[in-house]
Amino acid sequence: MSPATQLREVSAAEALELAASGWRILDVREQVEWNEGHIPTATLVPLADLPSRIAEVAPDRDAPLLVHCAVGARSLRASAWLIQNGYTHVASLRASLLDWRRLGGAWEAPEQLLTPAQQRRYSRQVLIPEIGQAGQRKLLDAKVLLIGAGGLGSPAALYLAASGIGTIGLVDDDVVDESNLQRQVLHASDRVGMPKTESARMTLSALNPETNIVEHRERLDADNVERLIASYDVIVDGTDNFDTRYLLNDAAVRLRKPVVHGSIYRWDGQVTTFVPFEGPCYRCMYPTQPPPELAPACEVAGVLGVLPGIAGLLQANEVFKLVLGVGETLAGRLLMFDAMSTDFSEVRIWRDPACPACGEGTIQ
Amino acid sequence: MSTVRIPPVLRETVGGSRTLAAQGATVDEVLADLFANYPALRERVTDAGALSPFVNVYVNDRDVRYRDGMATPVGPDDTVILLPAMAGGAG
Repeated sequence: MSPATQLREVSAAEALELAASGWRILDVREQVEWNEGHIPTATLVPLADLPSRIAEVAPDRDAPLLVHCAVGARSLRASAWLIQNGYTHVASLRASLLDWRRLGGAWEAPEQLLTPAQQRRYSRQVLIPEIGQAGQRKLLDAKVLLIGAGGLGSPAALYLAASGIGTIGLVDDDVVDESNLQRQVLHASDRVGMPKTESARMTLSALNPETNIVEHRERLDADNVERLIASYDVIVDGTDNFDTRYLLNDAAVRLRKPVVHGSIYRWDGQVTTFVPFEGPCYRCMYPTQPPPELAPACEVAGVLGVLPGIAGLLQANEVFKLVLGVGETLAGRLLMFDAMSTDFSEVRIWRDPACPACGEGTIQ
Repeated sequence: MSTVRIPPVLRETVGGSRTLAAQGATVDEVLADLFANYPALRERVTDAGALSPFVNVYVNDRDVRYRDGMATPVGPDDTVILLPAMAGGAG
């Protein structure tokens, strides 16, 4: 160790000169910062990794080292440590990297998939390896249609909008009723009588102004189903009757749209995902439409508020996997949960070769 | 005795039970045992003596349509699940 070695802090202009004269550049920021842009000739050694990695990265303690971070604090600590540990020619950039760039210092940045505002807003999920900037871009470009802005649609829409799903369509021709508010958390007391799609748009736009909310103030029927679903990537089925569910299934199979299915009854819920021609469809599971009395509406049967909350969020979880193309969806599995005993179980569902919607006799 | 799981929409026909024990070595026999004790259940899920097509039957996690149908064997540790379609949602 040379006691004469002084810790030297340099300006951006001086750093450019040192770099030009062949000083080795050490970037002590974190990997995520490096990913957003860096000096192309620099070597990344995050400050915390310095003691364990420096011998491998810079074995010659007399070779000159220019150390930088984002603004000069971490590089100062790194430089002090290096001098203490025998490095003889160490300079710390005390300026911001923006100054370096302003003076024409070399810089390499990946193509930005997200704006700075989007990077801030979605930073916590962009950090997840399976999402990253590319995954967040997929979410921002995704179009998801919710059939029903009620019990299942409410929690799904809130989380889909919050996470940055770019376009959310809502199909519902109903108005907010006081008895909805116990579970339909998109709506509010002062919106009783307001169309549900409008109330939903207000809530979702306040949560995330960037999300494009499309109101379809109509009831899904045989005449409009294909038009409604055609421009969307994923459909979330939160309807309350068999007619609509079979209608939606058949149209979704024809247009090859994945449908995330959720249904609830008192303390019980079911969730699955239908991916046309890859897994079973609703008709594979139930070829025969049951009589309407087996689908009593919430106003007849009653429903616990958290139940559609749980089911709707499980549906949103399926949407994320479908959009991101990661993980395993519930395709081919029917998830059943019983809130009374907090029990989750599954049965397997198969594509039926004789299915009138997606079976062997149908056009694929 | 195998265990039969009763779906929520049918629980009123069996006095509110979520599961029942039933005897029999096949799905057919298990259901016959159940129907003998709960005639209201039989009325809801059978049509002209046969199980209605809108009720799926699983032994453990397997749909009996892809096994031996009503003749699918049921062991004493197996769970038979009756599962009619459920539609509630938007409300």
